[in-house]
Amino acid sequence: MNLTLHVWRQKGPQAKGKLETYQAKNVSPDQSFLEMLDEVNDDLIKSGKDPIAFDHDCREGICGMCSQVINGRPHGHEERTTVCQLHMRQFNDGDEIFVEPWRAKAFPIQKDLIVDRSSLDAIMQSGGYTSCHTGGVPDGNTFPIPKPVADYAMDAAECIGCGACIAACPNSSAMLYTSAKVAQLAALPQGKPEARKRVKAMTEALLAEGFGNCTNHYECEAACPKGISVKFIAKLNREYLKSMMPSSLGE
Amino acid sequence: MNLFTSTVGRKILMAVTGLMLVGFITVHLLGNLSIFWGADAINAYAKHLHDLGPLVWIFRLVMLCLFAIHITFGVQLYLENKAANPEPYAVQKTLVTTFSAKTMVFTGLIILAFLIYHLLHFTVQVTNPDISAHNLPLVDGHLDVFTMVVMSFQKVFIAIIYLIAMVALFLHLSHGVSSWVQTLGWSTGPSQDKVTALGKLVAIVYGLAYIAIPLFILAHIVK
Repeated sequence: MNLTLHVWRQKGPQAKGKLETYQAKNVSPDQSFLEMLDEVNDDLIKSGKDPIAFDHDCREGICGMCSQVINGRPHGHEERTTVCQLHMRQFNDGDEIFVEPWRAKAFPIQKDLIVDRSSLDAIMQSGGYTSCHTGGVPDGNTFPIPKPVADYAMDAAECIGCGACIAACPNSSAMLYTSAKVAQLAALPQGKPEARKRVKAMTEALLAEGFGNCTNHYECEAACPKGISVKFIAKLNREYLKSMMPSSLGE
Repeated sequence: MNLFTSTVGRKILMAVTGLMLVGFITVHLLGNLSIFWGADAINAYAKHLHDLGPLVWIFRLVMLCLFAIHITFGVQLYLENKAANPEPYAVQKTLVTTFSAKTMVFTGLIILAFLIYHLLHFTVQVTNPDISAHNLPLVDGHLDVFTMVVMSFQKVFIAIIYLIAMVALFLHLSHGVSSWVQTLGWSTGPSQDKVTALGKLVAIVYGLAYIAIPLFILAHIVK
């Protein structure tokens, strides 16, 4: 099939970008979206032009590097799919496709479709961890964790940190991303000791990094390639309320 | 304090003050609906409120604080969120959010404008002095609120202002009522859709009930 692509091109962080039009010819329906872009880039390189820069790594939907808004939807229109797992069979011959980078003040564009997502790392570094002694691997049953709790924590831990939630949010809020880690760790015994500190630190980092505030649009959940639920945001709010209560340790 | 500066703290403030304001419009609506029981009912209700004396002023002060917090942080959060999302997409799509969620700050400001007008109209009674209760003949020694309301809403212009404001209130509530459940951390995955639906239902009931008053008077059903 043949497609018309409108791709955001921007030479550097300070440069002014614009949409440019490319033709993708003889696209196989079995190709992934990124493979289709690879071929467009081959043609660009052959004709001496600058190829389209985009982030990618594992290409199997688990690393969270893909970051393209395709026709107004982060990762494209197929639900629970990253760009690398979006296949061209989802499109029709003659389609016009708009490809844009994640847009948020906290995600400055580096080049073309590549944005700097260090702001997400800053949120994680502020509290998305548990402090524990290193040493031998603990025995499997050291911490008894009921199955539903383990499942809940795993559902939250599914976040691959791609930033689609922010790209989709009308407020560019990173609340779903932050809540996934807060909820995962708050549910588990290893995370509980630092739960109070964590929820405050991570939500403070969220604002400090220039993300917006959550106003319950739920666009994040709809756009998330891993289907992270907004129930984790409710859990974060609950954790925050708990952290405001007096503590017996006088924290 | 964290409550006034943090992202979740301010969200909680919005939810709690919003919820209390819903409490206020509930009581206000129940009182207003007494107009359908005739002149004596609503005049007695008005007299009862007046007789509360200093309590009325305490109540007004609390309401002022609630509105001030809700509006200040609402506008502040809106401006912050706009700044966080400066550049639009060439193809802009939303999946699940609603018109009412996207227009919260605007419907809120419409309600604020209406609130000021509403106070000038029925409380201070300066917008239409000819039909204000202060200038109407007393009924059994009490102010004739019923006649003031009926004569006001028989004016199409005034009735339309109230109708527009109540549509704004309906839109504001249809996102707000369900939103606090999420914000206070009470929603769980499976309950989400039910809470959202219930919030919309509450908004519809409040919207219709409030709209009924000017509409029934305009249609001369209440006179």
